[in-house]
Amino acid sequence: MFSKILIANRGEIACRVIRTARRMGIATVAVYSDADARSPHVKMADEAVHIGPSPAAESYLRADKIVEACKATGAQAVHPGYGFLSERASFVEALEAEGIAFIGPPASAIAAMGDKIESKKLALTAGVNVVPGFVGEITDTGHAVSIAAEIGYPVMMKASAGGGGKGMRLAWSEQDVREGFESVRREGLNSFGDDRVFIEKFIEDPRHIEIQLLGDKHGNLVYLNERECSIQRRHQKVVEEAPSPFVTPDMRARMGEQAIALAQAVGYFSAGTVELIVSGADPTGESFYFLEMNTRLQVEHPVTEAVTGIDLVEQMIRVAAGERLPFRQEDIGLNGWAIETRVYAEDPYRGFLPSIGRLVRYKSPSRWREGLGVGQSASSTLTHPQPLPQTGGEYIRVDDGVAEGGEVSIFYDPMIAKLITWAGTREAAADLQVEALDDFEIEGPGHNIDFLSALMQHPRFRAGDLTTGFIAEEYPDGFHGAPADEERRRLIAAIAAGNSFSRMGLARRTSGQINGPPPVPCDWTVRIEGHDYEVALGDGHAMVDQHRIEGTCDWMPGMRTATATGQGVRLGLKVAREGLDWIITTHGRRHRARALPARLAPLAALMKEKVPPDLSRLLLSPMPGLLVRLHVAQGDKVVTGQPLATVEAMKMENILRAQRNGTVKAIAAEVGISLATDAVILELE
Amino acid sequence: MSANIPELERRRAAALLGGGEKRMAAQHAKGKLTARERVEVLLDADSFEELDMYVEHNCTDFGMEAQRVPGDGVVTGSGTINGRLVFVFSQDFTVFGGSLSERHAEKICKVMDMAMKVGAPVIGLNDSGGARIQEGIASLAGYAEVFQRNVLASGVIPQLSLIMGPCAGGAVYSPAMTDFIFMVKDTSYMFVTGPDVVKTVTNEVVTQEELGGAVTHTTRTGVADLALDNDIEALMAAREFISFLPENNRSGVPVLPTEDPWDREEDSLDTLIPASANQPYDMHELVRKVLDDGEFVEIQPAHGANIICGFGRVEGRTVGVVANQPMVLAGVLDINASKKAARFVRFCDAFGIPILTFVDVPGFLPGTAQEHNGIIKHGAKLLFAFAEATVPKITVITRKAYGGAYDVMASKHLRGDLNYAWPTAEIAVMGAKGAVEIIFRGLSGEGIAEKTKEYEDRFANPFVAASRGYIDEVIYPHSTRKRIALGLRKLRNKQLENPWKKHDNLPL
Repeated sequence: MFSKILIANRGEIACRVIRTARRMGIATVAVYSDADARSPHVKMADEAVHIGPSPAAESYLRADKIVEACKATGAQAVHPGYGFLSERASFVEALEAEGIAFIGPPASAIAAMGDKIESKKLALTAGVNVVPGFVGEITDTGHAVSIAAEIGYPVMMKASAGGGGKGMRLAWSEQDVREGFESVRREGLNSFGDDRVFIEKFIEDPRHIEIQLLGDKHGNLVYLNERECSIQRRHQKVVEEAPSPFVTPDMRARMGEQAIALAQAVGYFSAGTVELIVSGADPTGESFYFLEMNTRLQVEHPVTEAVTGIDLVEQMIRVAAGERLPFRQEDIGLNGWAIETRVYAEDPYRGFLPSIGRLVRYKSPSRWREGLGVGQSASSTLTHPQPLPQTGGEYIRVDDGVAEGGEVSIFYDPMIAKLITWAGTREAAADLQVEALDDFEIEGPGHNIDFLSALMQHPRFRAGDLTTGFIAEEYPDGFHGAPADEERRRLIAAIAAGNSFSRMGLARRTSGQINGPPPVPCDWTVRIEGHDYEVALGDGHAMVDQHRIEGTCDWMPGMRTATATGQGVRLGLKVAREGLDWIITTHGRRHRARALPARLAPLAALMKEKVPPDLSRLLLSPMPGLLVRLHVAQGDKVVTGQPLATVEAMKMENILRAQRNGTVKAIAAEVGISLATDAVILELE
Repeated sequence: MSANIPELERRRAAALLGGGEKRMAAQHAKGKLTARERVEVLLDADSFEELDMYVEHNCTDFGMEAQRVPGDGVVTGSGTINGRLVFVFSQDFTVFGGSLSERHAEKICKVMDMAMKVGAPVIGLNDSGGARIQEGIASLAGYAEVFQRNVLASGVIPQLSLIMGPCAGGAVYSPAMTDFIFMVKDTSYMFVTGPDVVKTVTNEVVTQEELGGAVTHTTRTGVADLALDNDIEALMAAREFISFLPENNRSGVPVLPTEDPWDREEDSLDTLIPASANQPYDMHELVRKVLDDGEFVEIQPAHGANIICGFGRVEGRTVGVVANQPMVLAGVLDINASKKAARFVRFCDAFGIPILTFVDVPGFLPGTAQEHNGIIKHGAKLLFAFAEATVPKITVITRKAYGGAYDVMASKHLRGDLNYAWPTAEIAVMGAKGAVEIIFRGLSGEGIAEKTKEYEDRFANPFVAASRGYIDEVIYPHSTRKRIALGLRKLRNKQLENPWKKHDNLPL
């Protein structure tokens, strides 16, 4: 076994690998760029080597620097994590030339699977399902019809050079092919100057399901069941789970065996993943097709670890050291259900705009019911967490690589953390997600906690009715918070009144009173979304609009998070104040609630509702940055999508485009000034 | 029982009607509360004791003798906010448009005199069309009586003005001389001459809101300290604000119990200063992480935003915070920032509120706009204010403290009591590059880079200043709250007096 390994990565995956290595008694070396000098993975490792400036191309992607770092520290092997150099055959060769082991598959397998066409050919030869289609010259409509019939409807006709939805047409029948083929051809010619068309099977209700493989250097290969990763946004996975609600034991075995056949064909060892596209419209489960093979550890590997009880990183290290897999296929279990959600620095309320910046506050879930396993977190104080599920109960694991006061930088992936929950059933694992997401505290960059929570509560998600189009289909107009019913709003009203009571209760304890502390009222009026809730606070209960709510909230002045119970639910709360309003965030929704003593409510009702300015006319800076360029001048006519201004933030230029047609009425900012978030740049009319 | 009781009830009922239901309805229709409703919101429930409810004007010209309304357009008295005594006057727009008559002024003077006598804050709710024209010069005299009291009360009791309607002409000078001004957006305005006169004299066309609305005065002019959305918000904000202020200049700061540990460490502050010297960061984070429960009430957040001024508490006791803001204009001192902070520092000093100063200042803002508008005199105000202040002064230099601006920002030389620096502090006469270009004039390219590095190694740290005793201690950022809390405990009984003088001669 190795005595020291280097982790050629950063962030959560570097931390995650270090933890396993440490548990195995292996010393660790971290590498870091300028931007990461203060990152948790650097502090966590036994040694750390600086490998260059912040851009990945000058640091984490520099194989020579990694090799140098190994030599300088005496690291015997390198774990590449995912991304960066993890799938570069040349890197593996460079390490091997220096006698350093690569904790991953052989270079030849990486090379074979890295080529899209070659990997498809290999898959075909190995007897793996690939999406039926015709690659070659299609002479005319008649030819197209016969090909389509052979493939089986529906089929997709695509211009070879097409892209962005152009030159694509779906055909459900021979008639569709007859009507559409020539037009696809023309579109291809007109738009791309290429009239070649290819036809392939159209996968209805596509689901993304993948098989985890693990092999050793002695020819042993096992599959560790599947993961479903259908919930994606712009091809970026957001939610992953194991097992898949769509997969039957029979389907699992067939997918697993095909994956193994493919891996054997390239002499695979270490961890790898065969990605499949599956038609949800085919209930037989026979419609699964090879997409590609990822020759590395996947981001979502923890869900597999949770249901199999196998530490994939540990096995990768052992395999690299030449050990045999300690289990055979029949030993691989499937225990309970695990779900992973990816916490990204992006703002779902603003069209998922990427967000960066300092983590002014960062706390990952840490308060747990008794009997619950707690996973590891870079910010956690637990030094020896149990990395794998205990028998029975439920389990939460947070894989993160950030800490409060750290930075989500523009240079790397905007993922803040992965939240993995494990429980006996899918329902329970999803419930646990909602609960744990409530307990995240992230302040600074925008984040998608509310969105993830909304996904976890979504009835369609709960039904397991997933497709890769889930997000686009369910949130066609963007995300505006998880739905909250009247009962929930009444509970929020009670919480807001209770908080106001506590706040006033503190204020009345000030010094310098002439007549003792004034009384604090129990009757409050709470306005939420235009409705005034009448709240009467009692001991352990509240009356809200004549509905009795039993429950409590432990918020006290100064707290930013709290826990409330009521109506049979436990709500983890984020509590903030904006002027007179409480901002109470829970279960995927931000509630704005204004509580006033009931005696003042009639007066408050006289206040005019301020109509918020029509922001669609304004171009606002989405982030703090420097205005480096204005692309338009006053009086210019602009059309949707036209660049209006360029804002530089963290050395990256962000082009802000017109969201509507109009004329530039006024320019409010000048080039060269620093803009705060939401600063007005110009106004359209 | 006296036979006068029914008469009392009748008179009270009549007084409470103010200008009558129709005018009250008109006031409500504008989204404004009436004078008494405002007092009701401002003060603790049932705590208001009204004075002079039956006072009427004494004017007999222009048929005024036939129009008398008890109270004469202003509601005055006292009550409590969180149990603490305050005096209040609230102009009643429903009565003669809230215009100021001789008697109206006398009522205001009476509560001010009372407040001075007992040492309690005065809160003025302004909603007045201006002078009572019918009374002519008597009305002007009334204003002056109020002005005189504003001046004598200044620095003795806190005076807070809420502008909740018109406030024009000479009337503006009473709030102008109070300590803080809050304005209600869209329904209040302050100007010396209104849009009509402006049009006549200068041909400028401008709306009331643009000329002197809440937004104008809290962004451009800095006349007002806070802009609030409506009456309720303004009054609730005043309740909160007053909870930070002492009753008077001898009472000491109010104390509010807190659960926030005095020695709370914030590890994240160790990474607040970005790796790159030119990258900004938000000073609010430090301010909030130091203060109790992260609560900070900022004044003039949108005017002179390159300096942050406001109140918070440490161990339950009020402190005034002055902090350079690297996010805005790199935190330089300019005219607006200097004036804003100078006035704030003087308020704190007058009322015995300890001052915490957080420093990251690259210097004074250069340019003709600044020089020709008198940055010399205005910058001097802040220097003067810090120098004359005798309250406990704790200063923390987080990053840059360059040149004259270093001196100004509550430096050791201006009698700073405890002057701390973070390890990231750079106390120098100027930035390294600029310094090298002067010291080694004529040097170019590589030479400059080399000398700059040399200069940085020598001066881009707190140790040169610490070795001279200009910095008392170099502290870990995470321990900032602990250091400050301990420092304030030690300084609680600080005794320091300036030499006797009639008054100083602040560079106005």
